[in-house]
Amino acid sequence: MIGESIVRQAAARKSYRGNLFELYAWFFMRVSGVILGIIVLAHLMYQHFGTPGVAGIKWDTIVGRWTDPQMGTAWRIFDLILLIFAFTHGSNGVRYVLEDYVPDRAWRTLLKTLLFLVYLILLLAGSYIIFSFKTAI
Amino acid sequence: MEKSKVTLKIKRFNPEVDKTPHWENYAIEVEPTDRILDGLNYIKWYQDGTLSFRRSCAHGICGSDAMRINGRNRLACKVLFKEMGATISVEPIAGLPVLKDLIVDMELFMEHYRAVLPYLINDDPPPPTERYQSPADRARFDDTTKCILCACCTTSCPSFWAKEDYLGPAAIVQAHRFIFDSRDQAADKRLEILSDSDGVWRCRTIFNCTDACPRNIEVTRAIGEVKQEMLFRKM
Ligand code: FES
Repeated sequence: MIGESIVRQAAARKSYRGNLFELYAWFFMRVSGVILGIIVLAHLMYQHFGTPGVAGIKWDTIVGRWTDPQMGTAWRIFDLILLIFAFTHGSNGVRYVLEDYVPDRAWRTLLKTLLFLVYLILLLAGSYIIFSFKTAI
Repeated sequence: MEKSKVTLKIKRFNPEVDKTPHWENYAIEVEPTDRILDGLNYIKWYQDGTLSFRRSCAHGICGSDAMRINGRNRLACKVLFKEMGATISVEPIAGLPVLKDLIVDMELFMEHYRAVLPYLINDDPPPPTERYQSPADRARFDDTTKCILCACCTTSCPSFWAKEDYLGPAAIVQAHRFIFDSRDQAADKRLEILSDSDGVWRCRTIFNCTDACPRNIEVTRAIGEVKQEMLFRKM
């Protein structure tokens, strides 16, 4: 038993070195957490609790905001910020779960790649709609 | 003082006979101010001499009798029976290989400890008297000097259970003790080691470590300070 320990000690299991990506990911989670605290609350207020309220919300409500001659662009920018921060924050959280609970390296890499692809496609699709939306009605 | 009957439910494992650990009950009489360690000693001395556990100082300073008592990591010599119920479960700390009964192989834990260079590094020639440090500079890392390397924190950490390469709270506490020591010159080196994805970034701020620490070190805060220091040095 003791011999085993000594052998393990000699063959150092891993060399630990800097990982800037994790540092920035951590910092991003803190900053986006604060920002989301504010904008998600605002989103809830105007979308669900204010007028027209969760029952009265319709296609026209959203279209009306986005195509409003004065405030249209501001609404779109707000929604874009909400999309980017909420989706990036959430996806990185899922990445943390994969890092922690998928011990097999091949599986982890596969799942992280899939997650990244889904993230990228949905983010691009969402941004594209926000930028290009024109109403025909 | 009035004695009362309690049952100690102990997780036993003998590697020469058992394939898996099993629970065994021991009925003993204790005073409310007896410690769990007294109960274990009583069992070992008078009921079952094969029961194995580590202890040395019996005063909460050597850190050898960390175990999971009623589901929480504690030092058996610092928990009184009156703080616990009539049935008390005692298991080895989790995440390290069990050698026998309540004794675990601490080698991995010590390996992580060594990985953070837990000693003073200062290449300046020693001054004729001492390396002066102001009381304020000393206070900066006072909390983390209290660590006794009992492993209560690291073995209560779900991130460590999930990945044994994670250096763990105890190693980070020990690194903190030197990173914020004004006499030390190797903070950069330690921060480099700790900024590994299995260094501080494996910490998800779960706070089990702070709850487990028998020395009341604010472990999660210390880890947070190390993360912050890394960020400030990069900005
Ligand atoms: S026996 Fe030394 S800390 Fe408990």
